[in-house]
Amino acid sequence: MKYDVVIIGGGPAGLSAALAVRKEGIDSILIIERDDKLGGILNQCIHNGFGLHTFKEELTGPEYACRYIEKVLEEKIEYKLNCMVIGISDDRKVTYVSKEDGLCTVEAKAVILAMGCRERPRGALNIAGFRPAGIYSAGTAQRLMNIEGYKVGNEVVILGSGDIGLIMARRMTLEGAKVKCVAEVMPYSGGLKRNIVQCLNDYDIPLFLSHTVIDIKGKERVESVVIAQVDENRKPIPGTEKEYKCDTLLLSVGLLPENELSKLANVELSRVTNGPVVSDSFETNVEGIFACGNVLHVHDLVDYVSSEADLAGTYAAKYVKNQKGDREYLDVEARDGVRYTVPQKIDVKNMEDRIIVRFRVSNEFRGKSIVVEADGKEIRRVKKRVLAPGEMEQLFLNKAELEGVKKLCVCLKESV
Amino acid sequence: MILMKYDVIVIGGGVTGCAILRELSKYDLSVALLEKEEDVCSGTSKANSAIIHAGYDAENGTLKAKLNVRGSELTKQLAKDLNFGYRNNGSFVVCFDEGDRPGLEKLYERGVKNGVKGLEIIEGDKAREMEPNLSKNVVAVLYAPSAAIVCPFEMTIALGENAVENGAKVFLNTKVTDIKRKDDGFIINDEFECKAIVNAAGMYGDVIHNLVCDEKIELTPRKGDYCLFDRECGDLVKHTIFQLPSKFGKGVLVAPTAHGNMLIGPSATDISDKEGNNTTIEDLDMIIDKAKLSVDNIPFNKVITSFCGLRARPKGDDFVINEAADGFFDAIGIESPGLSSAPAIGEYVGDMVTARLGAKKKENFKETRDGLKKLNKMNYEERGKLIKENPLYGNIICRCEEISEGEIVDAIHSVIPATSLDAVKRRVRAGMGRCQGGFCSPKVMAILARELNIPFEDVRKNNAESPMVYGKLGQDDEI
Repeated sequence: MKYDVVIIGGGPAGLSAALAVRKEGIDSILIIERDDKLGGILNQCIHNGFGLHTFKEELTGPEYACRYIEKVLEEKIEYKLNCMVIGISDDRKVTYVSKEDGLCTVEAKAVILAMGCRERPRGALNIAGFRPAGIYSAGTAQRLMNIEGYKVGNEVVILGSGDIGLIMARRMTLEGAKVKCVAEVMPYSGGLKRNIVQCLNDYDIPLFLSHTVIDIKGKERVESVVIAQVDENRKPIPGTEKEYKCDTLLLSVGLLPENELSKLANVELSRVTNGPVVSDSFETNVEGIFACGNVLHVHDLVDYVSSEADLAGTYAAKYVKNQKGDREYLDVEARDGVRYTVPQKIDVKNMEDRIIVRFRVSNEFRGKSIVVEADGKEIRRVKKRVLAPGEMEQLFLNKAELEGVKKLCVCLKESV
Repeated sequence: MILMKYDVIVIGGGVTGCAILRELSKYDLSVALLEKEEDVCSGTSKANSAIIHAGYDAENGTLKAKLNVRGSELTKQLAKDLNFGYRNNGSFVVCFDEGDRPGLEKLYERGVKNGVKGLEIIEGDKAREMEPNLSKNVVAVLYAPSAAIVCPFEMTIALGENAVENGAKVFLNTKVTDIKRKDDGFIINDEFECKAIVNAAGMYGDVIHNLVCDEKIELTPRKGDYCLFDRECGDLVKHTIFQLPSKFGKGVLVAPTAHGNMLIGPSATDISDKEGNNTTIEDLDMIIDKAKLSVDNIPFNKVITSFCGLRARPKGDDFVINEAADGFFDAIGIESPGLSSAPAIGEYVGDMVTARLGAKKKENFKETRDGLKKLNKMNYEERGKLIKENPLYGNIICRCEEISEGEIVDAIHSVIPATSLDAVKRRVRAGMGRCQGGFCSPKVMAILARELNIPFEDVRKNNAESPMVYGKLGQDDEI
């Protein structure tokens, strides 16, 4: 089978990308989804707060997904469920398996990677202790509660203040569990401010910053966890240990873009984002392979995923129609408190008049400004009261100001 | 009460017990194995270095030396016959100081005496050509080309299943708490009767021994912590890299695993709790520091899990394998190189027991076992064909290790059935990958519930005390 555009992943990124491709007039599109329904992780995010930017209203995850799914159905875009992609080649042959189709290879003029991300497991932190039942990543617990409908635990400690962990603190409380505390190893929260307020403060759940779990007790099911304060090197401080009796430990300790397939296609990955390195058209180093959403870099808001994927879909469609010619890239350097940017490089000659650059900072900063320098000259300065790694930042760049530029950088500087 | 009668009962379903069971199943005997957990391979056999040692460590003349070298030879063929993961990757023992060279030479000589083939001392630079990430500080290496790595889960399960295919019985969830002597044998738990007992109870070998024998013994748990790395790091080293051994064992190793991950560890700390298989910050820090000495560029941010195993350490330095009382055979104190020796321990104990009972070899012993299908090891064509035959092979459940529903169903209904999440994981690796079951565990739970015809909330991580969830939501809301 041959398609113009094959999209891997039917979550928010894949759906939005598909609609954008269709809007460009391309008919031959295939979305390949591994789950039994479209919508991706949104299906288990039954809390509200989605869509404030996109639809100017507060939707739940499934409602937000539904808006896109309905349009995909209206547009009669072809999709396959329960299909797992097991291989992509750099000449854009995509191989998947499923119960219905067996093992199948499809060819595409353009591929859009939209596989999303996964949670970091306990092992990634090397937490000492036993390995009993009752240790869940927050998303797994969310699935067990919201999709399967089961009670995951009665007394809970949460490690990590990522957004899913905060959401689950509230969710488990509402289902009658006692959430004893949230421990965060960093001196600042990893989640959105609004989630700290609405999910912890409103329910009197304490948040211990600069604390981590140093021991897990209980041979078969979790019986307690020991939490300790950490020093500036994130090493536990002796004498600060506190033991919390609980049957469940939830981990919300970071998300990792899921790029195993990208590697098979020889897509270059960023060591900072763990996602592909892309240009302003969201194209990876492999011609005709594009990426968007959480597989590219982890987002806070699904609204941003949708708008990013919309752009990626548009560019992929344009690529199919025009097979864009020579590319000449200007690298975007991220430094002095800026961890990375997406895109990492800009094709100034072919770029749109105005593009959006998204990034995260490496620490909590106060009184700093976001600065863009072109060939050493400041072309943008935005004053910020507070900057935090948990909140994605963005700025716009204009083609006019980048023409002829040899060196471009985004950084933080003291506000004046 | 009706007793279940067997000629021989093996206590303990670790690699030692399963190897002995298989050996006994070659004879015209009725044999059974009792395992206290919900699956075989639930103790020391599931948490170790997964190494088939060449056999230069043990003192010449010991059981360890003899059984290790023999076991290493047997394992190579067994892996083919029984279909378990095995790779003959060779090992290095490294030394960092010219002053340690005599230690290396001593190991070499001991190995030659023990009958290890192909041993060679090579210089640091040559070793680094073979193993580019070997530390610059390594001055010389004892190279043992016969050393190998195995999947210890598959190996244990394969031995046990092949025994069952040859008529042996395996009783899971059966903890031995009582053994009575009768004229010509034993009664166990007032449930089983047998002529001979083989005690392969691992960490509890002393407890079982002391139920029967007047001369009491004690086994000390020696814990060892490990870190397992993402498959991405599986190529960092090709050989198993040891450091010169000390009185606390063979030191910290860095090794690839049979499934393409990388492993570092173990520590060696004596403890008192036979259930104390918890990792500790001290031990994890220690193995990380030691591993860095042997190998450069270890990506410590790629650890996907850490775990701890307990070795059952006897008072002496050797395995305890003998007829401790009439008809009661010990195969205990099986610390390293226990996994490497297991097939040879099987032979050795099998000979003792069958001689005692005057048993004869069966003619129809089936030497081989097919084992479970592994779709991700097949080419696209074979795989497509299998999915056509059974569409469940097309439904991927564990995305990290690419394991299908069909493979999980096969494991649940295999010769020794998997009835828990951990048992499924050990057989087919669902949940063994980089997300550590984050995505697949709810799905595997649903498959277990369906195939075993039990409620979802009754699915366990391992034994009965390890529930995953506590009933349906909303059940407390009754008025």
